[in-house]
Amino acid sequence: MRTRLRKSVAFAALAIVAATGAARAQGEIKIGEINSYSALPAFTEPYRKGWQLAIEEINAKGGVDGKKLVVISKDDAGKPAEAVTAANELVSREGVALITGTFFSHIGLAVADFAKQKQVFFMAAEPLTDAITWSKGNDYTFRLRPSNYMQAAMLAEEAAKLPAKRWATVAPNYEYGQSAVAVFKELLSKARPDIEWVDEQWPPQGKIDAGAVAQALLASKPEAILNVTFGADLVKFVREGNTRGLFKDRSVVSFLTGEPEYLDPLKDETPKGWIVTGYPWYDIKTPEHDAFLKAYQAKFNDYPRLGSIVGYGTMKAVAAVLAKAGSTETDKLVAAAKGVEVDTPFGKIVFRATDHQSTLGAYVGKTDVRDGKGVMVDSVYRDGANYLPSEEDVKQLRPQG
Amino acid sequence: MSSVAQPSEPRRNDAGPDQNQRVASVEFFVVQFLTGLASAASLFLVASGLSIIFGVTRIVNFAHGAFYMLGAYVAYTLTDRFEGFFGFWGGIVVAALVVAAVGALLEIVLLRRIYRAPELFQLLATFGVTLMVQDLVVMIWGPEDLVGPRAPGLRGAVDILGLAVPTYDLFLIVLGPLVLGGLWILFHRTRWGVLVRAATQDRDMVAALGVNQTWLFTSVFALGIFLAGLGGALQIPRNAVTHLMDLSIIVEVFVVVVIGGLGSVLGAFIAAVLVSELNAFGILIFPKISIVLVFLVMACVLIVRPWGLLGRAEGPARQPAGLSIRPWRPMSQNQRLIMLAVVVAAGFAPFVTGDYALTVLAEIAVFALFAASLHFLMTVGGLASFGHAAYFGLGAYGAAFATTMFGMPMIGSLLLGPLLGVAGAILFGWFCVRLSGVYFAMLTLAFAQIAWSIAFQWVEVTGGDNGILGVWPASWASSPATFYWLALAVSVIGIVALRVLVFSPFGYALRATRDSALRSEAIGIDRSRVQWAAFVIAGTFAGIAGALFAFLKGSVFPDNLAIPMSVDGLVMVLLGGIETVSGAVVGAIVYKALAIWLVSQTDLSKLVLGAIIVLLVVAFPKGIVGFAEDLLARRRTRADDGGSAARTAPAKATAPTSGSGAAPIAAPKMEAAR
Repeated sequence: MRTRLRKSVAFAALAIVAATGAARAQGEIKIGEINSYSALPAFTEPYRKGWQLAIEEINAKGGVDGKKLVVISKDDAGKPAEAVTAANELVSREGVALITGTFFSHIGLAVADFAKQKQVFFMAAEPLTDAITWSKGNDYTFRLRPSNYMQAAMLAEEAAKLPAKRWATVAPNYEYGQSAVAVFKELLSKARPDIEWVDEQWPPQGKIDAGAVAQALLASKPEAILNVTFGADLVKFVREGNTRGLFKDRSVVSFLTGEPEYLDPLKDETPKGWIVTGYPWYDIKTPEHDAFLKAYQAKFNDYPRLGSIVGYGTMKAVAAVLAKAGSTETDKLVAAAKGVEVDTPFGKIVFRATDHQSTLGAYVGKTDVRDGKGVMVDSVYRDGANYLPSEEDVKQLRPQG
Repeated sequence: MSSVAQPSEPRRNDAGPDQNQRVASVEFFVVQFLTGLASAASLFLVASGLSIIFGVTRIVNFAHGAFYMLGAYVAYTLTDRFEGFFGFWGGIVVAALVVAAVGALLEIVLLRRIYRAPELFQLLATFGVTLMVQDLVVMIWGPEDLVGPRAPGLRGAVDILGLAVPTYDLFLIVLGPLVLGGLWILFHRTRWGVLVRAATQDRDMVAALGVNQTWLFTSVFALGIFLAGLGGALQIPRNAVTHLMDLSIIVEVFVVVVIGGLGSVLGAFIAAVLVSELNAFGILIFPKISIVLVFLVMACVLIVRPWGLLGRAEGPARQPAGLSIRPWRPMSQNQRLIMLAVVVAAGFAPFVTGDYALTVLAEIAVFALFAASLHFLMTVGGLASFGHAAYFGLGAYGAAFATTMFGMPMIGSLLLGPLLGVAGAILFGWFCVRLSGVYFAMLTLAFAQIAWSIAFQWVEVTGGDNGILGVWPASWASSPATFYWLALAVSVIGIVALRVLVFSPFGYALRATRDSALRSEAIGIDRSRVQWAAFVIAGTFAGIAGALFAFLKGSVFPDNLAIPMSVDGLVMVLLGGIETVSGAVVGAIVYKALAIWLVSQTDLSKLVLGAIIVLLVVAFPKGIVGFAEDLLARRRTRADDGGSAARTAPAKATAPTSGSGAAPIAAPKMEAAR
């Protein structure tokens, strides 16, 4: 539906007034979906393909309880205020059963707070912030993607095995970068009290002055570096670091760098041997993933990115919640979502009852270059369940009542 | 940095690094200095183009970043296809030429039509173009980041004092001064350059002496865009090419131009070096400084040197932003009745529309007030602010603090919240009203960015970029209908109050300072005090709008005082018509309704919105309301033919068809004295 709308708007500008009143057939469940499609197409396009595939598969099998799932998807233009407007439209005008989606942490939080206020079920897809399930968690919000804490825990475990003692960090100067560094430092220092933190750099997101940052890191003579930058910042940092010899004889541990979204642009300039979290779709040999990969490539003639997994998993999770609840009432959805099991390309996951976090994990491996392309090698799947604090500990992190 | 046994969050790392660890050798300082110079060169290339364009045409070229980005994309395509030494360097130059050609085309097709529009109106056109380019590059080149080839022959690093310095950095360090020298020769040793310098100093005089301004402007614009494209193309060996490149540079480049002094290429060079070196060394002591550094530098420079480092005091403004040849009049009895009817009709909306439409209407009401407050400052005061979102955002934060920290009820928060905006306006306004023109605008931008970075960084209080949640209306106002009525009432009262002020003695005094600073001071008006008061009034109403906005959305984020919000305000004012008394209200309604509808309907909202803005700019060069007023005035003239001559005279003067050449470029001089 979106493609049709998009075309009509592009070609006829104002002439066409949206065909919003989609058939309200009785055998339908409407799902509202919001994401930063225009602001972050590199991540959200594969994400959209992922959920489209999931919906197609679910409906091909007869939908949920004989009802077809219909997704009404909205763009949030990368702004929390627009996301709240979109959520309002989905809930008040379209009458959706639940809302899902979002990428940025602050947008995820804004929509989660909206869900709490309006008492709507919200399945957050991608926002990484720990706050969405912990300090600002609420009854109505669940989250699929492995959180900041979980990814930090997976990487800290690997980092502790390294001999390096002098560590420096570089991270984008906003909540995601700050909490990634803080959790990583805390967990690594706990495992290895002998470690020293010798420098930290906080370039603004999207505006890294990579040469100066690389040089500053060099001057602190670290033995290992934690990197949290991604996207264009990562490209610049890697290029400057390579040229200036920053990564020579140093270990680097890096968040998200193994995701095709961030690794592919680096091509043959991909630094070798970084310990990263990511998604090596080319090396995963499980029956669940094979089936997903085949279906995805057949439908889109493209390889999946991590966003595809997230989009696919999100709609599978939504369908599982709807099936378990046997209803579209919010209370029943919330009750059903606690402890619901979902089959994903990464295997079976569970949404924990206490903090509403799924146990979806991530692959941890090392970067390498194969045929002029950046890849992850020696990848191992880390089950998210093993990298979350216990449910008792987590209870205290969430607002009471 | 206590080690906490249990996970506690949100976790932020506030303890600074142990700086003693860094090896602070001479070698390191030299290399870091070189690194700063390389960054400065990249910045200067783009900034010099902007400076030249502004100096001559007075266009605030918002699209400069878009051309920088286009340069990078085109260069990526060319260097990807044609490899090798000549493929690469040829690709870079050709890319810059292609982009310059596109720029020249834009100038001929679009900007030429609107040189006669009020000042700053061209900003609106270039803003529309920027929006379109952002979507177009994704459509053409795809959403993924592109990484171009490294420069042949300049791939590696050179050993300097035992440290590796990228060869490409050294190339940039040499290129920067070369371009500076080239421009100097061009401006001082060619006839064309002499004309450009003359036009920078006094456009009207150059026009009066019979120079063909049309082609002078086109060639200057093309040169400026060439430099932007070149700057972008030269980034591909060290940067990734993305659709966000324009945003990452445009503001910074503006800041550099203003620090250097408008129209001064050497000033831009010095400013680029200053900013880059301060950043290169600043991050050693304050790793988080980059986010706000350029704005801090600009604020400091402008407070000490109101026209930038090498800028010169401008002559008295000849065409103040809000100059209207048609005298403003309060509404007639009939007009008042019509307005009352419109408001009453708006009040009936909850009986005919659904909840979603009501929240959208409430949002439009909030923005109408925000736009009206900015319009008051820009039109009545002649003070264009590029940072008006600061007071909107501070009002929103004020309301959020009152609610979440002090547990105030909603009404209390709505009353107290805006006070934070007022406080900000009092403080920032005091500095800003010492400046004028674009320097004033840029200082407001600097303060807005400083306020933004405080909201962004002061995590303990503001929640940082994760914002403050849970600012929902009290139960009595939580239904969309009630909240809409509340927003409508507050907005209408605010807009009426601003209108009353326009026609009060204070309003007349303010208009006097706008039309002639010298004469108004001569008759005893305390210019800076009157303008300061206007600044605070505008900030107050923006703060009220912000507080309402907080409750409408339920949460407050640094976005609320960020640049895009300020730009939205400007767009609304310009779209409505800067020479009108209340055009901003119409501009806000049109712009906001369009934006919300488009975002809801398509992923290409920026492309469509940008195209609509460009069309509106061409169709209504005086803004929507300005156009309507012209139409009415013309009709009245016709109706009055044979009537009282006294009444027709002013109306005739306003008719755009009068062909008297009453364009801003050759406008009747407001001031004889220079």
